[in-house]
Amino acid sequence: MPFCISLTVNGVKRNIEFDDPRVTLLDLLRERLDLTGAKKGCDRGQCGACTVLVNGRRINSCLALALSHDGAEVLTIEGVAQGEALHPVQAAFIAHDGFQCGFCTPGQIMSAIGLINEGHAGDDPERIREAMSGNLCRCAAYIGIVEAVQDAQKAIAEAGRRDAA
Amino acid sequence: MTLEILPQASPHIRHGSNIGQPLTRRDGVLKVTGRARYAADNHPPGMLYAVLAVSSIARGRVKSLNVEAAKSHKGVVDVMTSVNRPKLAQDPDEKSNPFMFRLDLLQNDRVRYANQPIAVVIAESLEAATEGAALLAPQYEAEPARVGLDGAESFVPPGVGVGGPAEIRKGDVEAGLDAATKRIDATYETPSQYHNAMEPHAIVAAWDGDRLSIDTPSQGLAMARGRIAGLFGLSPENIHIRSPFLGGGFGSKGLISGPQILGVLAAKLVGRPVKLVLRRDQMYGPVGHRPPTRQRLRIGVDGEGRLTALDHRAKTASSTFDDFFEAAADISHTLYASPAIATSHEAVRIDIGTPLFMRAPGEATGSIALESAIDEAAAACGLDPLAFRVRNYAEVEPISGKPFSSKALRECYAQGAERFGWARRPLAPRQMRDKDGFLVGWGVGTATFPALMFHAEARAIIRRDGTGLVESGAHDMGQGAWTALAQIAADGLALDLDQIEFRAGSSDLPDAGIAGGSAHTATAGMAIHSAGADAIAKLAELATRDERSPLYGAGNAGLVARNGRLRRRDDESRSESYAEILARAGLGEIEGRGASAADPAAQSTYAMHAHGAVFAEVKVDPDLGQIRATRLVGAFAAGRVINPRLVRSQYHGGMIWGVSFALNEQAIIDRRSGRVMNADLAEYHVPVNADIVSIEALLVHEDDPYVNALGVKGVGEIGVTGAAGAVANAVWHATGMRVRRFPIKLEDVLTPAG
Amino acid sequence: MNTFDYVRPSTVPDAVAAAAAPGSAYLASGTNLLDLMKVGVARPDRLVDITHIAGLDRIERLPDGGLRIGALVRNADLAHDPDFARSYPAVAEALLSGASAQLRNAATIGGNLLQRPRCAYFYDPFSACNKRAPGSGCDALHGENRLHAVLGWSPSCIAVHPSDFCVPLIALDAFVEIEGRNGRREISLDALHLLPGDTPERETALEPGDLIVALRLPARAAVFAGHARYLKLRERTSYAFAVVSAAAALEMEDGAIRQARLALGGVAAKPWRARAAEESLAGERPGEAIFRRAAEAALADAKPSGDNAFKIELARRIVVRALALAAAGTPARLPALPGSPFSSAPGALHDA
Repeated sequence: MPFCISLTVNGVKRNIEFDDPRVTLLDLLRERLDLTGAKKGCDRGQCGACTVLVNGRRINSCLALALSHDGAEVLTIEGVAQGEALHPVQAAFIAHDGFQCGFCTPGQIMSAIGLINEGHAGDDPERIREAMSGNLCRCAAYIGIVEAVQDAQKAIAEAGRRDAA
Repeated sequence: MTLEILPQASPHIRHGSNIGQPLTRRDGVLKVTGRARYAADNHPPGMLYAVLAVSSIARGRVKSLNVEAAKSHKGVVDVMTSVNRPKLAQDPDEKSNPFMFRLDLLQNDRVRYANQPIAVVIAESLEAATEGAALLAPQYEAEPARVGLDGAESFVPPGVGVGGPAEIRKGDVEAGLDAATKRIDATYETPSQYHNAMEPHAIVAAWDGDRLSIDTPSQGLAMARGRIAGLFGLSPENIHIRSPFLGGGFGSKGLISGPQILGVLAAKLVGRPVKLVLRRDQMYGPVGHRPPTRQRLRIGVDGEGRLTALDHRAKTASSTFDDFFEAAADISHTLYASPAIATSHEAVRIDIGTPLFMRAPGEATGSIALESAIDEAAAACGLDPLAFRVRNYAEVEPISGKPFSSKALRECYAQGAERFGWARRPLAPRQMRDKDGFLVGWGVGTATFPALMFHAEARAIIRRDGTGLVESGAHDMGQGAWTALAQIAADGLALDLDQIEFRAGSSDLPDAGIAGGSAHTATAGMAIHSAGADAIAKLAELATRDERSPLYGAGNAGLVARNGRLRRRDDESRSESYAEILARAGLGEIEGRGASAADPAAQSTYAMHAHGAVFAEVKVDPDLGQIRATRLVGAFAAGRVINPRLVRSQYHGGMIWGVSFALNEQAIIDRRSGRVMNADLAEYHVPVNADIVSIEALLVHEDDPYVNALGVKGVGEIGVTGAAGAVANAVWHATGMRVRRFPIKLEDVLTPAG
Repeated sequence: MNTFDYVRPSTVPDAVAAAAAPGSAYLASGTNLLDLMKVGVARPDRLVDITHIAGLDRIERLPDGGLRIGALVRNADLAHDPDFARSYPAVAEALLSGASAQLRNAATIGGNLLQRPRCAYFYDPFSACNKRAPGSGCDALHGENRLHAVLGWSPSCIAVHPSDFCVPLIALDAFVEIEGRNGRREISLDALHLLPGDTPERETALEPGDLIVALRLPARAAVFAGHARYLKLRERTSYAFAVVSAAAALEMEDGAIRQARLALGGVAAKPWRARAAEESLAGERPGEAIFRRAAEAALADAKPSGDNAFKIELARRIVVRALALAAAGTPARLPALPGSPFSSAPGALHDA
């Protein structure tokens, strides 16, 4: 294999060999690492279904060349829950019915986690809507998605306070 | 005691604690953890990747393909063209029933629409297959494309929608118009739209001799299996299709599409499992769309504000090689009372892929035109558009004169208006501004969709331990079948939901019909419920005939099934658990079967429709024309609600499709080449999160004893209707400008300069 | 996507040397380049990945008070940099009005300056496009061109520049630092992008191997910080390219406009600086009439290139609105919907 990169995927560092420079991060995850949670909806950065966190930031993995991400830390939807315990964003998506078909959901959830990490939106629903606009949902579960982000953000903040206390 | 004194299963049916509960989705954890496996997530050993090459002309023939260039690209295993495509048992252009659409399966070198598959490249990697397809560099002999509603000679189609007549009339429309004191004569245009489910059509196909294993999203497993069996000359039992999750369908996955079959052919050609996934741009052609329409509406109104005539004429487009004719005008059959109604359709055949059912096919396109025209009529009469609709309320179905099986539309109008605050709406347009100076407008639209039923079967098993297993080849495309049908299944067996295992989404389960026409919950649900009732009836027979059972001889009184026990109806202290009954009978399990179908007697007597009222607020920048739908309230009556949480989500989604219809989505088709120039998700605009500010759905109570025993109508499509018109009417109310070409664009509502 | 050589230099000179060969392309985050490669519009033989070059991702205050932004700074990081957002709020607003959060997290400043047009005929290898294939013709000219150029176009190309970021930058006299085979040079951003003329294939003043290493904003551009806005019309509320956009920046003194800066987006093959309009505003007190006069000046040379005459009046109106918003003052916090007329920040001067 002519190409080898080192990636930390969902907390596990791995050396990954592959034979083609064209492989995107999304296709690497889906077709070569059996991490099929991230979805390919457009393959052109136009829908957000492929959103993952790279070095803590949400990006479209379909427009990321795998080779260029040598040394990166990648978090995918598969690495979000702690065992059987769902991440607060995941739980909130279920509680608020923030999805229907579920295809865009891994991207929505990764984007929501990214948004909360960024910390720019606060609890303002208008800012959350804007910040989640890179994730299309053709089922149009947008109302539930915004409610889920608000709720999860609260839950995370409360958990943080408890930890601090 | 004999079975006949258990009059059918009805004494044992219980509508209990599962139906009606707002349960969260049972597939929720799988979906939020990424463990829900969609078709393209499968990867059998030895799998190859297939990528389509599609035509970049709309009409002509493929002169040549550089197969050698593709094959010499590293990793490419084979190229499938019309020359080497494996033989089929059936001509893809054969059509023996209206639901059998002609497919493009490389049967020749003809090109009949842009993005038609013209070759398939199969390779060891997705990257190689993709580049291989690009290297084919097709050369064409192009012919002039016929484009748009004026692109060819018009004709009256043989049938519209699912075989309805193209023209229907009741009364004398011209006389009604002559007698009117106010008349509306307006023409509306709707664009081509594409389903654009988030999940592109995908298939993973693996042959094992004459057996075929398939992962592909399907809204109609049994029909898909039958179609594949016919094309390949296989016995349907030899084909196994798994479709546990669809990443959205909206009609585009109702019938198996050409590209999916090409995946099966590719696997056959190379003798290895193959995955074929459409690129987003490839979804603008071979997998259906909502065709464009031009609709002329003429409405006459008398001095009392009552319709004297309603004439709705629609022109639409179909492909040159198949028949799908959007029944846009038929919406005018059911909504508003008028002594004279005429609807008619004409069509052109142009060089596009065959249009197909797309969420509320016919109803959505017709609704935005009808609701706009009704609004124009109300304005012409100086009447509030809601009051005008109520004044023309149809007490019986206008076109047929049949009574409605149920119709709580009046309550929808009232509850929706109350919630929205409609009473504060000024009559004249362009009266409202918000604090920032934006024009504000309020509009209303009536929603309607027929309550359909198809045929389905189901199996219910009560196991030795008293738990249940219910099987139905049903489809969850996001509407929530995994949850709602399981709720029905649990009630059918009178068990708690966690006491049953529910299996669906696989072609080896009983045929659940098609998830379309908003009929799946009613259709599959009735079969499931009947299967449960059948199992319980068999169990009851065992118990009541067994002297050792406390239920012995209770057949006359009837039994009640509840929480896994059968009880005497007249003395519930006498009961026995399912497990006890089975154990004593020495049975491992007992199986019930159920089927469902529309009741022809009820259907010939009653008109069956769901209804709703949608109220919309928009804000418009008066100088710059940008529009935002800021608030929608929809009130819907659709019979019994199985799961209000899921139903609300369906209404929300439908209403947002209505917003999109009015303000956003449109295929931009090059007038010369017939190609879609925005075949992506960046320029084909569907609403994003920031477009949707506030959406509320009210569930209006409605009992319907006739649609089916569960009293369920459909909720999946009705939200689109009404909402699109409500938004368009709100734009008029905000700006005073009536835009009749959709979607409404910012330049349409610019206040004139000066 | 064609296959390619992949090189990953660790210094700028190595990168320039590697990219000078014909068929080479620089890869930063790839949000535009990979997209173009996927549709077959770009088919480079060699990708020179510059993302591992150290030192190109810094935002530095210069001794003269200006700001130097490394080419690899990500859009989101720049927009949220407090010092930057305070000094150049219209640029931050433009950045945040573009694309999506995910794309802004990935996309780089240097890449943004070099975004390719969104013209559907350019983006489609099967259409005639003089920009993509010189001499092949322009299918946009008599095609679906509702959103095409109204200024500076030629019959050989009517595409518009898609960037939001560049619009306020050009208004603020930004310039770029370029490292090339003959060393480092600086050019104004206004000189970077070229109008199509007869050579639409030449989009920028860059030579083979040239690498934009930094963007600089002059210290004097911060004088507009209190009165600077970016406004963008879209066909949906977010995640869409501009129909037309405008950046307006005013330096106010005793209630009058000391100097004005104005640029338009979505109207031409380059971000469009409206100097005549700026001059017409100098010394005036803000008001609808003088804003309208400035708008007329800005669009004086506009003419439709197809079904897009409406864009001319729309561009005039967005100029008026952007100036009015700028005159009303930069909001203390960026609006919830950056660049949108529906942003919650008041200040609009609507008609009656």
